[in-house]
Amino acid sequence: MEPVMRTFSRIIVALAALALGILLVQPIWRIDLWAPQYPEGLVLQIFHDSFTGNVEQINNLNHYIGMATIHDEMFPEFEIMRYAIFLLLAWGVLASAIGRRWALGSWLMGLGAFVIWAMWDMYQWGYRYGHELDPRAAIKVEGMAYQPPLLGHKTLLNFEAWSMPDVGGYVLFASITMAVLVFVFEWRRSSRMKLKKQLK
Amino acid sequence: MKRTTVITALPLLLAAGIALPLAQGCKPANTKSAVTGDAASKVYVPPGKYDEFYNFVSGGFNGQMSVYGLPSGRMLRNIPVFSVDPEKGWGYSEETKPMLMTTHGFIPWDDSHHVEPSMTNGVADGQWMFINGNNTPRIALIDLTTFRTKTIIEIPNSAGNHSSPFTTPNSEYVVAGTRFSLPMGGDAQRDVPINTYKENFKGNVTFIHPDRETGKMSIAFQITAPGVDFDLSHTGKGPSDGWFFFSCYNTEQAYELLEVNASQRDKDFIMAVNWKKAEQYAKEGKGKMVPGKHFMNHYSDETHMATSEVVEQVLQLDHKELKDLLYFMPCPKSPHGCDVDPTGQYIVGSGKLAALIPVFSFDKMIKAIEAKDFEGEFDGIPVLKYESVLHGEVKKPGLGPLHTEFDNNGFAYSSMFVSSEIVKWNVQTLEVVDRVPTYYSIGHLCVPGGDGAKPWGKYVIAYNKITKDRYLPTGPELSQSAQLFSIDGPKMELLLDYPTIGEPHYAQAIPAELIKDKSVKLFKIEDNKHPYVSKGEKETKVVRDGNKVHIYMTCIRSHFAPDNIEGVKMGDEVYFHVTNLEQDWDVPHGFAVKGAANAELLIMPGETQTLKWVPTSVGVKPFYCTDFCSALHQEMQGYIRVSPAGSNIPLTWNTKSADAGL
Repeated sequence: MEPVMRTFSRIIVALAALALGILLVQPIWRIDLWAPQYPEGLVLQIFHDSFTGNVEQINNLNHYIGMATIHDEMFPEFEIMRYAIFLLLAWGVLASAIGRRWALGSWLMGLGAFVIWAMWDMYQWGYRYGHELDPRAAIKVEGMAYQPPLLGHKTLLNFEAWSMPDVGGYVLFASITMAVLVFVFEWRRSSRMKLKKQLK
Repeated sequence: MKRTTVITALPLLLAAGIALPLAQGCKPANTKSAVTGDAASKVYVPPGKYDEFYNFVSGGFNGQMSVYGLPSGRMLRNIPVFSVDPEKGWGYSEETKPMLMTTHGFIPWDDSHHVEPSMTNGVADGQWMFINGNNTPRIALIDLTTFRTKTIIEIPNSAGNHSSPFTTPNSEYVVAGTRFSLPMGGDAQRDVPINTYKENFKGNVTFIHPDRETGKMSIAFQITAPGVDFDLSHTGKGPSDGWFFFSCYNTEQAYELLEVNASQRDKDFIMAVNWKKAEQYAKEGKGKMVPGKHFMNHYSDETHMATSEVVEQVLQLDHKELKDLLYFMPCPKSPHGCDVDPTGQYIVGSGKLAALIPVFSFDKMIKAIEAKDFEGEFDGIPVLKYESVLHGEVKKPGLGPLHTEFDNNGFAYSSMFVSSEIVKWNVQTLEVVDRVPTYYSIGHLCVPGGDGAKPWGKYVIAYNKITKDRYLPTGPELSQSAQLFSIDGPKMELLLDYPTIGEPHYAQAIPAELIKDKSVKLFKIEDNKHPYVSKGEKETKVVRDGNKVHIYMTCIRSHFAPDNIEGVKMGDEVYFHVTNLEQDWDVPHGFAVKGAANAELLIMPGETQTLKWVPTSVGVKPFYCTDFCSALHQEMQGYIRVSPAGSNIPLTWNTKSADAGL
């Protein structure tokens, strides 16, 4: 039986889990757009259940090139995301309560699966938006697709687009980082303890 | 007497004409000699950077107000006020027509002279600008969040609304004084021979209250005054808060050839009005309601339309019955400008035909009133003794003093029309400390905050009446010319000439910080309460009501909905109610239809505007967007079919949208 984690580690895990609550109130991701005639910039902020920012303006611009308009109702993810966040939060708190490394490890796998799913899902939507264009669109550029970048920068016609985490996203990555650090720390600690036992 | 002054001035002018060339190496002074090396850098505002001041300039005979940036002199906007402006649909759209309604009907033009800011504690607060309509007496209120005319009130029992629209230190009141005296009352009292001027013609000053919340204006009271010409005015402040000062001329009470007949007396008057007292009399019910039909027109940014209210009567306070309201201070030679220094202690009267500038002391005026130090009465108004109220005279300031503005260091700047210069003098010592020529014949001048309690100073701008050779020639008709001078140093320094439109009279300059961040970018479509709004393409429709056809239309980049309409017949009146669905900054759409006998519409995001169109021939008529809105602007067009009267083509319209989501 592996040893119980140190109290300090368990507090860190609990805090990292509770911090996920921030994802329910803060935007998780953002896409910034800039063009010569938009010096003030346009932004699309993605919350766990909705879009905010210059959604109408972006829809308006996108109709020239035949991109579909963006509406909250079109995303079933927005309905289930909150349960996923609740689950991860509870899972993390439970891992802290159990205080064993296997529990923490399972939570880490859960978090990892969540991130991979979210990124994959976003890529899917981005791909469809960027490629499935209205054939009657006014402006057609041969070979051009308008898939937004998954992470980082991309030029889309007259717009420069940046895709990056927002507050919620940074909190999520901070939580994962903390959990990983605790896991590594605890793993090394138990290895040392095993070694000590063997030396005795 | 006045002619003598002009005649004695002539040799002086001639002497100056000879002396100046001699002093400057046989060449007359020009810009080259007047501008120093680093002037350009002081007015250079790099691309993308903002000016330090907004400069609100009256349009004079164009009836509008234009906005410039200072120090660059770049024109930022021309705000239509009293005159129609087809570019913006002002006075042409159904929504704006009521703004120009008066008791004389729809008046498409006026002569706008003086710009005054709304003030808090005697300092411009950036909420509104006021401007007067001179010809058909009116006062307009300009909202500085939209840079649009919000309210226009007509001034009854008035003619030539010149001494207006100056305000009290907290803009409790905006004033209007009638330049022309008139016979007043019912028809029988108004229909009198002109040569009965002395017995039948009366003047008055009107106090108008602007409501801080709504921006609506109402006439609080009108004080009767003798039948003279009221010219300009300014509020007291600080110690003189509660008083208002009006210059008046033609105390000769001439009614013909005023050029000569109104220039006979040595002294005319500055009229001091105790408005706190008047306010008290009005509250105590000591006034009486008299005929005074007038319009109050107000534009709502919620319904996006103007409505007119008609008021039949005004509260009149009779200066002969109610004591202590008005006093006269004798002022030499037909005073024009009437300016109060930042401390509120000194009142400057500019006798435009005088060879000096008298400066009156408010403290001395109060003492003289208390001591009843009067030299007589004029139409029931006590006339104070000149020597008793005088602080002193600025000797030999120049020729033709018109107006005075102030800086924050105790100096005054007076414009000299005849000698074409600005003269800087010390308000306390009355010494002239500097003078600069202006090109040519300066009228008004403006120091930022220069008629308030705390001038920002820094510049003085000359608004010249004569342009001549300042710019490339453009035929007999030239733009007007403004000149910007730095007043930071001991010497005034010419920095820039810039052309202005209309004929600027008074102007105001206030720091950009007070205004720029409050500027409205667009109107929220969900807050649009226009009765004919379409808040989306699904709400568009065409409705017939007798021979009136109402088209509920939307526009968004880059189409109108509907854009095909049939079933309109000759004899119909068609109303295009166009809503701009855009909710993005600086995306207006225009609307024009062939053969419209009015103008275009220019519709801001979230707004609804209406163009009335009466078809003049059978056929299919085009309409299109006039404001280059997008890459597909040229595709933003449609057709309306006009059939003969009595034809049975049903009313139909298409609702196909380029974007199902909108």
